[in-house]
Amino acid sequence: MGESAILVELPDATTTLTLYRRLLAEPPPSVVDLVPAERTVLVVSHPGSRAAAERWLLEATAADAPGADPNGIPAAGGSAVTIPVRYDGPDLADVATLLGITADEVVAAHTGAVWSAAFIGFAPGFAYLRAADGRLDVPRRATPRAAVPPGAVALAAGYCGIYPRESPGGWHLIGTTDAVLWDAERADPALVAPGTEVGFRRVD
Amino acid sequence: MSTEQSAVFEVLRTGPLALLQDGGRAGHAHLGVTASGAADRGSFVAANRLVGNQVGAAALETVFGGLDLRVLRTALVAVTGAPAIVTVTRPACDPFGLPAHPVAPLAGTGPSTGAVLAAGAVLAAEAGRTAVFTHPTDRSFVVFAGDTLHLGPPERGLRNYVAVRGGFAAAPTLGSRSTDVLSGLGPPPLAAGALFATARDTAAAHAPGSWPSADFVRPATRIPPAAETMRLSLLRGPRDDRFGEAGWRALLDAAWTTGSASNRIGVRLESSIAVAPLFAATGELPSEGMVAGAVQVPPNGQPVVFLRDHPVTGGYPVIGVLTEASIDRAAQLRPGDPVRFVDRTE
Repeated sequence: MGESAILVELPDATTTLTLYRRLLAEPPPSVVDLVPAERTVLVVSHPGSRAAAERWLLEATAADAPGADPNGIPAAGGSAVTIPVRYDGPDLADVATLLGITADEVVAAHTGAVWSAAFIGFAPGFAYLRAADGRLDVPRRATPRAAVPPGAVALAAGYCGIYPRESPGGWHLIGTTDAVLWDAERADPALVAPGTEVGFRRVD
Repeated sequence: MSTEQSAVFEVLRTGPLALLQDGGRAGHAHLGVTASGAADRGSFVAANRLVGNQVGAAALETVFGGLDLRVLRTALVAVTGAPAIVTVTRPACDPFGLPAHPVAPLAGTGPSTGAVLAAGAVLAAEAGRTAVFTHPTDRSFVVFAGDTLHLGPPERGLRNYVAVRGGFAAAPTLGSRSTDVLSGLGPPPLAAGALFATARDTAAAHAPGSWPSADFVRPATRIPPAAETMRLSLLRGPRDDRFGEAGWRALLDAAWTTGSASNRIGVRLESSIAVAPLFAATGELPSEGMVAGAVQVPPNGQPVVFLRDHPVTGGYPVIGVLTEASIDRAAQLRPGDPVRFVDRTE
C-alpha cells in the first residue's frame, strides 16, 4: 500500500486480533504504526524502510515463528475494564423494538456479554467493541444525529461504541457513562485499546 | 504559546489558516490518532535545515500566506514551500542596516537621504525610519526586535513553512506540537495576539545524522507554473480490483480539478468522469487502515487524496497510493488547480 505501508488481509476479526497481538509483541524500529481493523492489519513503516518491515512481517507470520501457536499468545493484551452505564439512551426502546425484545432484556444482554475491542477508529479512543454472542446486532439509525454527547454508549453494525467526545453520529444511543474514554494527558490516553476486554455494569 | 518575557514573535494577523506543525505523532494510529504533521514534508524539512534545526522542529504552516509576525527578539528565520515574497519592515535603521537600540522611532531626525543597507533588497526608506526588505522563499535571513515580518500570498501553490532557529515552542500532545484538524489534538490555530518563544530543537553540530547548514536550498517540492497540470505519481492498489482495468484507466485518463472542500484531511478531486466500481464489487468493504497519500474512491466516483490528517481507518476502497514526494505536491494544490495521475507502479 504505497511506498511505506503493507496491508495484511485476514479471514475474520479473531485472526486479525491474534495477528495484531503477535506483531505487537516485537515490532522492529522500521515499523512506526500497526493498525488493526475489521479484517486487516496495516503495517506502516518509516519512509524507505518498507523492505525491512516486509521481511520482518514474513518472518513473524511464518508458521514456525515464535508465537505462531495461539496458546503462546498473551491474553487480550492483559487488560480488562468495567464501564458503569446509566441505561437512559433515547434509542433504547427503538433497539428493543428492532430486536423484538424488551428494553430490560437489551440491558441484560449488554451487561451480560463480554465485549472485546476489535479496533479503534472514527475518533481518538473510539473502540469498536464486539460481543461473541452477537445478540445486539442492529443497523445504523436512518437519520444520524448532528451531535452525540460524550460518554454516549451506542450500538450499530454489530458493534458497541462509546463516544469519547461530542461528535456527529448515526449509532443507536442506549446509555451514558461517566468513564473518560480519551485523555491525551493520561499515560494511557485511551481507556480501551485494541484487544481490551470490556464489561458493562448498570448504575442509576 | 509563550509569556511576554521569552516571546520571540507576536502574531499580528493570519491568513485563512496558520497552524503549528512538526514531524507529527506517528505511533498512535491503533488508538485512533492520525500521524498529522507538516502537510508538505519536503518543504517543512527544508525550512528547518535552513535555520540549522533538527528535522522535526515545529514550524508554522500557512495556507494562502497572509501572515504578519511582530519580531520581539533577534532570530534566524526561513520560509519555504509555495513561491512567495516575504517582506520585513524595520522601523529604524542605522547606516549599516542594523536596528537602532532602542527600537522606538527616532524623534526629530527629520528627512534623510535614505539609509545604506548592508543586506536584502530595500524597497523603500521612508524618512530614514522605515526600511522594507524583501526575501524570496528557500533562503534564511535574520530579523530583529521591532521588525514586522509579512508573508504575502503565494504566486502559485498553497502552503508555506516559517521556521525559526530553535523551533517554535508549544506544549506537545502525545509527543508532537502538530495541530490535527481532524481530531483537534495539538495547539489551537494561530490567532492575532498569540506569543511564541523558541524551543531548543537546534541540530547538534557533528552529531550523527546532522546536516551541513545552508543559507539556500533548492525548492523541495516542485510546484508547476500556473495553468500547468500538477502530476501526481500513483502506486496501484490495494483495492484497484474493485474497479477493474476500466476504473484504473478512468482514474489515469481523467483531467481532475482540485475541489474547494479540500483541507489537511484530504484533497477532493472533481471531474465529469467518474471512477466506477465493477458491478460485482459494489458491496461494502469492511473498514481498514488508511495512510497519507491514499486515493479513496467513494460511491460518487470522485476521488479523495488523503493528506496528513487523514482518518486512521476508512470504509471506501483505496484504488492507489501516492508516492511520498507526490503527497507533498498534493498538499500544494489550491482549489481549481488541474491534476492528473501518473502510474508509477513497479
